[in-house]
Amino acid sequence: MTDSAMTDKADTPPGPVAAADDGGLFELEYVTSTEATDIVGIADRYELFIGGGFRKPASKEYFETINPATEEVLTSVAAGSSRDIDRAVGAARDGFETWSALPGSERAKYLFRIARLLQERGREFALLETLDGGKPIREARDFDVPTAAAHFFYYAGWADKLEYAFPGLDPKPLGVAGQIIPWNFPLLMLAWKIAPALATGNTIVLKPAETTPLTALLFAELAAEAGLPDGVLNVVTGDGATGAALVDHQGVDKVAFTGSTEVGKAIQSSLAGTGRHLTLELGGKAPHIVFDDAALDQAVEGVVNGIFFNQGHVCCAGSRLLIQESVSEVFVDKLKRRLSTLRVGDPLDKNTDVGAINSRAQLDRITELVEAGRSEGTEIFQPACALPDRGFWFTPTLFLDVAQSSRIAREEIFGPVLSISTFRTPAEAVEKANNTPYGLSAGVWTNKGSRILWMADRLKAGVVWANTFNKFDPASPFGGYQESGFGREGGRHGLLPYLQGTH
Amino acid sequence: MATSSSSRLDVRKTYKLFIGGAFPRSESGRTYPATDNDGNVLARMAEGSRKDLRDAMKAARSAQSGWAARTGYNRAQILYRAAEMLEDRADTFVAQLGYGGLSKPQARREVEQSIDRLVWYAGWGDKYAQIMGNLNPVAGPFFNISTPEPAGVVGTIAPETPALLGLVSRMAPAIIVGNTMVLVASHRWPMPAVTFSEVLATADLPGGVVNILTGPKANTVPVMAAHMDLNVIDAFGHTQDDMAMIETNAAHSVTRVVRPAADGFAWNDDRVARSPYMIADFTEIKTIWHPKGM
Repeated sequence: MTDSAMTDKADTPPGPVAAADDGGLFELEYVTSTEATDIVGIADRYELFIGGGFRKPASKEYFETINPATEEVLTSVAAGSSRDIDRAVGAARDGFETWSALPGSERAKYLFRIARLLQERGREFALLETLDGGKPIREARDFDVPTAAAHFFYYAGWADKLEYAFPGLDPKPLGVAGQIIPWNFPLLMLAWKIAPALATGNTIVLKPAETTPLTALLFAELAAEAGLPDGVLNVVTGDGATGAALVDHQGVDKVAFTGSTEVGKAIQSSLAGTGRHLTLELGGKAPHIVFDDAALDQAVEGVVNGIFFNQGHVCCAGSRLLIQESVSEVFVDKLKRRLSTLRVGDPLDKNTDVGAINSRAQLDRITELVEAGRSEGTEIFQPACALPDRGFWFTPTLFLDVAQSSRIAREEIFGPVLSISTFRTPAEAVEKANNTPYGLSAGVWTNKGSRILWMADRLKAGVVWANTFNKFDPASPFGGYQESGFGREGGRHGLLPYLQGTH
Repeated sequence: MATSSSSRLDVRKTYKLFIGGAFPRSESGRTYPATDNDGNVLARMAEGSRKDLRDAMKAARSAQSGWAARTGYNRAQILYRAAEMLEDRADTFVAQLGYGGLSKPQARREVEQSIDRLVWYAGWGDKYAQIMGNLNPVAGPFFNISTPEPAGVVGTIAPETPALLGLVSRMAPAIIVGNTMVLVASHRWPMPAVTFSEVLATADLPGGVVNILTGPKANTVPVMAAHMDLNVIDAFGHTQDDMAMIETNAAHSVTRVVRPAADGFAWNDDRVARSPYMIADFTEIKTIWHPKGM
């Protein structure tokens, strides 16, 4: 997200509030600033994108996708079956012949075109992302879409420079990549998957998440508009069974999955012994560590961003706050105050900080874990917060003095819920931070440079944010240790999972 | 086995496991005969058990953070020292490889290549991060660096042959970057592996960095693959047959798997059998961000 996305509203009051400094002479009235949706046209029904065109599913079945902020049905989308996967993999195989034989400089130009088209149609994509997924329009507009376009721009430039990326390695593509992406950043995760795969000469069958298929389908339209050769990109919508059919298809050379650790393990297991390549970007339970010498107000903004950005539907969310004991009281006070200024509600309102929970299933999961936290007797803080009548919502939540053994300290909640505990020494911070099977990201706030480097060496995490959090860039590799998966996306290292010669 | 002079009975070596820098017997109390190419018994080898595997895993984990904290320069010197020790004991290895049916020149060649391979990987100790790490030019006021780190504990299934060069080729790339390992030696030709543990023990390698088990692979490999504390299972030198089992077991804790090389992998061909990308299989890339500002 951009620096301004959450940080510039620290003093915005949550609703009609008397301006105390003016002795109550006038009242500030909250006025919504709602984004118009007329620019985006949603069709009545969406088909599968296979071999360069939209095709009806073999099953003739469709499923509905809803706006989680209103629970209204947006449209219906084809339910891809194993027969559709088979057609799509066949198309991708045909496409591979021509695509992998193209000079890198020609592949590059297609990717540059796609980047440009994404920028040109950015507003449509942002709106569709918000309508289908529930994220605040400000985040979709300022973060998801521009970062996705930047990803294509970055990898476009690699397509004809691959022989310089890794000394001594002959850069050859793997073949057909089956890519399965999650619902938290539908377009951005699409870009993370597609851009490096295409740059290295692979072709693709993409399976978007069941609850957020629309931007992937609009992207398919855009790819056709860019003139991408038939079969190079295929999009098959559906549920978990569609994804499983893709993973199990013998014609797929490489599987790339972003999603839960549970599903990741099942995929790794089902690929066992097949020799097909795999990369996994899975869950996290990131520690966010605040030392007593940190710039506390900045750290509060970083911690809030870390857990409430995108409703906490972020695999690298800083969901375990570890505060040095000497400042824990003052820090928690600041945090509580900041929480009560967060605006939760209509994702189309440009002032909204926390939008809708992506689905009822996810809301149920968050609710269950928060109830587990309560029933374990952990102290909870939730600001007064009026939630809309319809749609899926969850109030930003803090748990205080959380025990290491607690479910809310161990399990990924994937929602706006922060578990807080304390530490005394840097060594204790490291021990608590690493006390998890995950290892995706970590945050450290301190003004002592040597301590940052000492901590960064010891934290078991693929990304360490020091005095910042949730920063992403196409040039910067992302991916986890341990049960957070393997392989990297982004940067030079993000090319490796799509090239022969490494595992 | 050295021939003794007519009046003197020779003192034979007891071949044991190598765990935590020590040479324990198997807790199973079992041994099996190692035979030469003609079926003559050479010595008895320890039958490593699942308990031995767990002990070795514990030793490897305990040693890991200390080994990773050594400088690349220091790890390089230790690997180079192992090469020195191997050179020093070359004749012993030539003889042991000869039991496996290699001619003397073939055995000599394998020992020499093993020495040279150790030296080659030793040199990467203080260079690998320079070719596989980099500063990332992100679009914002941030210092952003990616650097390789050891994955942690590696479980290596050494190839059956070449008994020495195969082991060295898989061990060196893993430990040079700071991993520790449990290595299951060739079952049919275990003698060079056990003798190699004596090379390591005299090379200033800290105890637990490399742990070597002998015995039937079926005793230890499935448990190793499923071990929750294992970071990478290296089956590069193993056969395809067990991969469904190994990868299913590895999936329980998302353990990384290095898959078998193609049949007939040319272990003695330097152009394919040594590569910095073999080190890459045992690393994680860590990326660190920090804002720039006044």
